[in-house]
Amino acid sequence: MESIIDTTKLELTKKDFESDQMVKWCPGCGDHAILKSVENVFPELGIAKEDFVVVSGIGCSSRFPYYMNTYGIHGIHGRAAALATGIKIANPKLSVWMITGDGDSMAIGGNHFIHVARRNPDINILLFNNKIYGLTKGQYSPTTPKGSKTKTSPQGSFEQPFNPGELVMGARGKFFARVVDTNIKMMTQVFSEAAKHKGASIVEILANCVIFNNKIHGLITSRETKVDNQLFLEAGKPMRFGKDNEKGIILNGSHLEVVTIGENGITEDDLLVHNPEREDSGIHIMLANMMPPEFPAALGVIRSVAAPTVEELIWDSVEHEKEVSPYKSVDDLLNSGSTWTVD
Amino acid sequence: MTEVKNKIIELKNAVIRFAGDSGDGMQLTGNLFSDSTAFAGNDFATFPDYPAEIRAPQGTVAGVSGFQIHFGSNDIHTSGDLADVLVAMNPASLKANMNWITKDAIIIVDNDAFTEKNITKAGYEDNPLSDGSLNGHLVVNGPIATLTKNAVSELDIDNKSAQKSKNMFALGMIFYMFNRDFTKTFSFFENKFKSKPLVVEANKLVLKAGYHYADTIEAFVNTYKIDPAPLNKGTYRNVTGNLATSWGLLAAAERSGLKLFIGSYPITPATEILQELAKHKQFSAISLQAEDEIAGIVSTLGASFAGALPVTSTSGPGLSLKSEALGLAVMTELPLVVVDVQRGGPSTGLPTKSEQSDLYQALFGRNGEAPLIVLAASSPSDCFYSAFEAVKLSVEHMTPVILLTDGSLANGSEVFKIPKVSDLPKIYPPIVKENDPDFQSYKRDEKKLSRPWAIPGTKGLRHRIGGLEKENITGNVSHSPENHELMSRLREEKVERVSNFIVNQDIIGDHDADTLVVSWGGTHGVMLTAVEQLLDEGHSIALAHFKHIKPLPKNAEELFSRYEKILVCEINLGQFVNYLRMRLPQFTYKQYNKIQGLPFTVAELKKEFIALLNE
Repeated sequence: MESIIDTTKLELTKKDFESDQMVKWCPGCGDHAILKSVENVFPELGIAKEDFVVVSGIGCSSRFPYYMNTYGIHGIHGRAAALATGIKIANPKLSVWMITGDGDSMAIGGNHFIHVARRNPDINILLFNNKIYGLTKGQYSPTTPKGSKTKTSPQGSFEQPFNPGELVMGARGKFFARVVDTNIKMMTQVFSEAAKHKGASIVEILANCVIFNNKIHGLITSRETKVDNQLFLEAGKPMRFGKDNEKGIILNGSHLEVVTIGENGITEDDLLVHNPEREDSGIHIMLANMMPPEFPAALGVIRSVAAPTVEELIWDSVEHEKEVSPYKSVDDLLNSGSTWTVD
Repeated sequence: MTEVKNKIIELKNAVIRFAGDSGDGMQLTGNLFSDSTAFAGNDFATFPDYPAEIRAPQGTVAGVSGFQIHFGSNDIHTSGDLADVLVAMNPASLKANMNWITKDAIIIVDNDAFTEKNITKAGYEDNPLSDGSLNGHLVVNGPIATLTKNAVSELDIDNKSAQKSKNMFALGMIFYMFNRDFTKTFSFFENKFKSKPLVVEANKLVLKAGYHYADTIEAFVNTYKIDPAPLNKGTYRNVTGNLATSWGLLAAAERSGLKLFIGSYPITPATEILQELAKHKQFSAISLQAEDEIAGIVSTLGASFAGALPVTSTSGPGLSLKSEALGLAVMTELPLVVVDVQRGGPSTGLPTKSEQSDLYQALFGRNGEAPLIVLAASSPSDCFYSAFEAVKLSVEHMTPVILLTDGSLANGSEVFKIPKVSDLPKIYPPIVKENDPDFQSYKRDEKKLSRPWAIPGTKGLRHRIGGLEKENITGNVSHSPENHELMSRLREEKVERVSNFIVNQDIIGDHDADTLVVSWGGTHGVMLTAVEQLLDEGHSIALAHFKHIKPLPKNAEELFSRYEKILVCEINLGQFVNYLRMRLPQFTYKQYNKIQGLPFTVAELKKEFIALLNE
């Protein structure tokens, strides 16, 4: 099948993708930086501008298609994954980007989310996780930490949250990455990796809702604490982080552990080396589950495993059936099997 | 004994009902008889009657599976009210079907199955074969199981396998009764069991044994012959409604140049449509078995945006789940065909029984002002043409269409004259060419009010659509009060203008009658038969059977104005009649309704019509 990545570079710039519509997110909302990053990535992919489709569900993040000058469809709550799947299967040439939030894809669209991960169409899913319902003004979401006081959990939420990465891998997803909305460079790089991965690429963006859940990712993103709480994963590299890159992650028996190089005889050789292409998702799940304060949050591409896409398999089957089917036209089909003629 | 035995009596038509335990292969038996009926040149219609459970407890009334065929030398429009011949493979199937046979029906039973245990299981106190309850019937009471075993005694086959053929023994008896030829059935065995020559041989032997048994014991006083029906020149086949629907969709894909996409979720009685379309990737027809009903319709709408011919299939409860996405289709003004194979509701209701009770849901079941086209297929073979038209209207008018069929149509079968696809109308999708300088996403066609279909991947047409209200012409998001009213009216008007593109409503029967009976959808066959019989009997009556529900045909008003008495008949509590009362309130409508999960019978309709005629 034809690759969506064209080798002849098209002369596109950010401007080609900026829409003339007023961007109506709150000032200070993390979504602005995400939009910028996407506008950075699109012209760099070697894809014609008319081949991009931006798809969304409902929520603050889901207004995204209106802010991009591409083909776009703003769907209904939770169903963007189904829309995107239909678009991609119907026309595999398109570069399909799905924009969703933690309410949209972890709650009402949870079913479609796990199935898009399992089915593996070649689409890019940007999951804006601000751990709150923003557009309905501040109710807890399926990623809101237990105990959080919100408008619908005034005594503190009683519910255990999802970790999107763990869910993706539980659903046998092949690509999962995580970024922070405070780092445009990181987002640009990782979105680009997601675009290049063939299959459902799910990127969790730790996004800040400045109004209803300000600084929810503060430990990970704030200037003071981020060095100790961000581990940017790179394929083939040992997992190191910290102000002086002095800390690392080791696999101790069946669990991960933070260590300091030089202490207790630990050297760099003891550290886990990141392998996003490992088919077995065990360590990837453990990485996705690392959270401060005990662990740094794993960022970058946590998992990226090659697998055939659903649309590839479907259209290969179409080609095969065209060759082997006895029916070359619908007339052949109508006249097949038991028929009789009246003269 | 005199020589009059085995007189061949000519009949105009007959109804046979095959009934047995759900594992007894009665559907296959019925289908094989249908094939031989086609071969004999009769017109026919069939209907399966099977339990909701795949294998309900053996020997119980709940586990009875039936298949009815009505065949004749005249035009056959229904699967028949009551059976003239009942094949009952066990006591439960006799018990379950006694209400569905004529007073003097011939009953063929497997005596071997009438054990004390089975008789009790069926809920009989005494053996119905000997307690006099079958008086008035000719009961042909053969030890079918034993005779089946004997028939294959020469073959190296165990009795358990041999017993699987006992339905063929009964079929053989029926073949004798109706002077049928084995050819078609033998070639079926040869095809179906290609890799199992022993099974082919066993079935052939048993079928023949049944035939000869009926002959030898002089089972029937007479045998019967039904002349070929006067069918027009052409090639024919047997189709069920679900098969015809699937093929109509494929034909429409070919005539539109679009690639079909069906995103769907299995649900009784619509599943066969997804199954059938999944077989035809050679036509670039793509099927996606979605994770739920919602993903079924939404993935289809995505495919529609991407330029495919979009279809989703469902039944009542599934249509409920699809409501919100239907609203999105109305708002985005994209093509989308939803086939709703209606079943008894509400909720899970009667999954294997038929009803016409989704009409309100199809017309009104969405938030906001959300008009769309509603069509209703009238017979199994009409499902082909209705599906084709649903696509044509949806694509050319850029609007969702709900096509209502029902369980009776879906599973019932009839003779279908095979059309040539090139004789079907061409379908013209309003696809915008690249870099069209006049393109605006909500600029409408003057006549149809449809918006253009600008497919992602086309140069120079990038645009955004979605569920938020759109500004007329530009398609930008708009919250303007005036624009919302304008758009609401335009969407309604767009659907109503479809009446300029559909055929006028026709009238069957006596155009000068005072009395008009009205129906819609799957009741066509039984309504037509009742009216034809009354006309033959000298009554003056007319029938208007609707396929176009929204919009109504343009002449509906003029047509109703010609009749003094109007009676609307439906398998629900009056959904179409109330819609007519809303749309054309100047007329007085009487209503006749039945809601038992069963079709109308010709007899009950005639009784009702005669009462009305005499009023």
